[in-house]
Amino acid sequence: MDALIAQLQRQFRDYTISLYQQGFLDDQFTELKKLQDDGSPDFVSEVLSLFFEDCVKLISNMARALDTTGTVDFSQVGASVHQLKGSSSSVGAKRVKTLCVSFKECCEAKNYEGCVRCLQQVDIEYKALKTKLQDMFNLEKQIIQAGGIVPQVDIN
Amino acid sequence: MEVCNCIEPQWPADELLMKYQYISDFFIAIAYFSIPLELIYFVKKSAVFPYRWVLVQFGAFIVLCGATHLINLWTFTTHSRTVALVMTTAKVLTAVVSCATALMLVHIIPDLLSVKTRELFLKNKAAELDREMGLIRTQEETGRHVRMLTHEIRSTLDRHTILKTTLVELGRTLALEECALWMPTRTGLELQLSYTLRHQHPVEYTVPIQLPVINQVFGTSRAVKISPNSPVARLRPVSGKYMLGEVVAVRVPLLHLSNFQINDWPELSTKRYALMVLMLPSDSARQWHVHELELVEVVADQVAVALSHAAILEESMRARDLLMEQNVALDLARREAETAIRARNDFLAVMNHEMRTPMHAIIALSSLLQETELTPEQRLMVETILKSSNLLATLMNDVLDLSRLEDGSLQLELGTFNLHTLFREVLNLIKPIAVVKKLPITLNLAPDLPEFVVGDEKRLMQIILNIVGNAVKFSKQGSISVTALVTKSDTRAADFFVVPTGSHFYLRVKVKDSGAGINPQDIPKIFTKFAQTQSLATRSSGGSGLGLAISKRFVNLMEGNIWIESDGLGKGCTAIFDVKLGISERSNESKQSGIPKVPAIPRHSNFTGLKVLVMDENGVSRMVTKGLLVHLGCEVTTVSSNEECLRVVSHEHKVVFMDVCMPGVENYQIALRIHEKFTKQRHQRPLLVALSGNTDKSTKEKCMSFGLDGVLLKPVSLDNIRDVLSDLLEPRVLYEGM
Repeated sequence: MDALIAQLQRQFRDYTISLYQQGFLDDQFTELKKLQDDGSPDFVSEVLSLFFEDCVKLISNMARALDTTGTVDFSQVGASVHQLKGSSSSVGAKRVKTLCVSFKECCEAKNYEGCVRCLQQVDIEYKALKTKLQDMFNLEKQIIQAGGIVPQVDIN
Repeated sequence: MEVCNCIEPQWPADELLMKYQYISDFFIAIAYFSIPLELIYFVKKSAVFPYRWVLVQFGAFIVLCGATHLINLWTFTTHSRTVALVMTTAKVLTAVVSCATALMLVHIIPDLLSVKTRELFLKNKAAELDREMGLIRTQEETGRHVRMLTHEIRSTLDRHTILKTTLVELGRTLALEECALWMPTRTGLELQLSYTLRHQHPVEYTVPIQLPVINQVFGTSRAVKISPNSPVARLRPVSGKYMLGEVVAVRVPLLHLSNFQINDWPELSTKRYALMVLMLPSDSARQWHVHELELVEVVADQVAVALSHAAILEESMRARDLLMEQNVALDLARREAETAIRARNDFLAVMNHEMRTPMHAIIALSSLLQETELTPEQRLMVETILKSSNLLATLMNDVLDLSRLEDGSLQLELGTFNLHTLFREVLNLIKPIAVVKKLPITLNLAPDLPEFVVGDEKRLMQIILNIVGNAVKFSKQGSISVTALVTKSDTRAADFFVVPTGSHFYLRVKVKDSGAGINPQDIPKIFTKFAQTQSLATRSSGGSGLGLAISKRFVNLMEGNIWIESDGLGKGCTAIFDVKLGISERSNESKQSGIPKVPAIPRHSNFTGLKVLVMDENGVSRMVTKGLLVHLGCEVTTVSSNEECLRVVSHEHKVVFMDVCMPGVENYQIALRIHEKFTKQRHQRPLLVALSGNTDKSTKEKCMSFGLDGVLLKPVSLDNIRDVLSDLLEPRVLYEGM
């Protein structure tokens, strides 16, 4: 049993580190993890589900704005990008945030192709992140079910 | 006829032969006599037989032959026997044949006669057909000429070409010597020779229209033969040598556009005509045929129709040209107006932006100045400065709103808010002024009015404030009542029809005052920019300014309608508006939103129990910031908009974290508004910390000029939020430390 826990804990640690190394997450996510305590045991997942809801909503907003025939309202797209940037930076979704920065530049330059490309990338990126985090949470659950403690992962 | 040489028998033995001869002669005679009788009978019977004289001759000839045979009976001489035999044989044969012929004729002649009759009948018929064919040919030819003429005439819609073509074609078709057209002059009193076929007509050759000959022609629609010497026919120098050809004249009705107005039917009697004169070649015996006259009449009608078409076309061309000119002018005017509007809006936007910054400096600094030691005069001056600046700032906001409304860039910011609270706030804001003017304000909220609704709270508040503010402004005495209710679906107002749906309802607000009232004819003007009735302008009330114009646009933006009812000047008025609002799903959560959740027991912080307010439009950021602060032990209230922040913020809150990430200066205004809110209790004002994406110099400067106490870089981490809080909660740290 302990061996299993140890294995799961190692797996979890490696997986988490890989997420940081691959640039999916940054320190802000670590901050979030710190906030999760007995007072708010589901804080991280609550914040993340809010973030992913935001993603769905904002991306569909942007897609709609970019889909309109005639003149595209770049300021509207830009506002959504801004929101997404704020959200992603708050949860430490590093890749999404980085994409948002270039997305915002495209918006300001009114570069339609750039915007569409960025939108597609953002869509891919947040979904990838969602899958990764889902895996991570599954590992956490397994550890807890096995009676173990989710280890604190020190990134530095 | 050889039978004439009859021979008498010579011998008694020949007596028999003689007898035979006698008998034969007798029969021959009878047959001979009967044939003409038959012929005469049948000729009598049928009148159609053509050769009467020949028949009579023939009859006579036969009768005479018969007579000779009869005479033979008495003039027999004897002949040789051979001769007698031959004679007898011949006579017998002759008798047989002639009798047979006479009998046959009885049968044949009727047939013969009937054949004759038929032939005659057919001949007559053929002749008749020939005649008819001739007629048809003539008609056809006339028709062809008319068609040809019509085609030529109709091939153009230019009246000069029409008339010229008519003359040429008529002249060609009818081989005319001359053909002329007299048109009435403008006055209608004379006819002017306008077109001729062959001769250059003298300029301004006119005849008075009252000539009898002209009256005669104008009096009938038919072509009329006129004397070649009448003035209208005298188209060429008269030379005595020739006998003039016959002349006809026909009227050509001139239809004008006015004739097409149905009301003008009775006046058709005053129709004007042109006169067409046609002259046959001189020195020819030609006369006018009936079909030629008919042709002339038909052509005259066709010319009239063609001319009327041409007139209509000319008229419509003129109208089109006119319209096109007007269009071009309108287009130009529109473009100029658009340019002007764009220029004005640009100007407004720029000026607003540029004026706002110094204005805020003035407001902030004069409110600071107010806090210092001042003489009463100075205080009064500072207060006036502050009041004026606030007024100016409001006006600038209005102008910016209006320009954004007009270029369509203003969009509603939808959010969930408490409608009841909003009304109470409006009243709280208005009450101080109303109290000064001794105007009681009553608020009636319908019991079925939803508490939590979705809409643009800021704009709705602006509308209500505006209208209630106007009501207070224009009332000197009496009272003001504000009523809010849900518009029932059967309520109809003006051109606006309320369609409630499941997730929406229409809010109706009625603001009734006892103020100056409005002249009913001024009501439409009241919603235009800067409008103010004369009577209102004379008062010291300051005018309704932009408020109502902006309110109307906001109401329109909220798919509603606004109108004013007044019984007239001095009788007060009621402003009513409907706006569409969403029904919030969380209305059942009721008053939870304003109250902070019980925070978890903090473990690692020095800030236990510190009440803070977090304002961030971004839900994720808000949650994270709240999480950080809760972690530090703070009691956190979160709000998602500036307005909510302003409403919720109280002296209990020690720190307000406000997101200023959105571009533009609007986000910073909230700081000023909070400053305003706590003007009276400065020491209770919460500390204001901006949450910004960057902390460069310009951000810091902006924060300072808007009276913020600190800046926190987003994303916020536990450490830096702790640092900022520690810095701030020690003696108030301003920007020197940053």
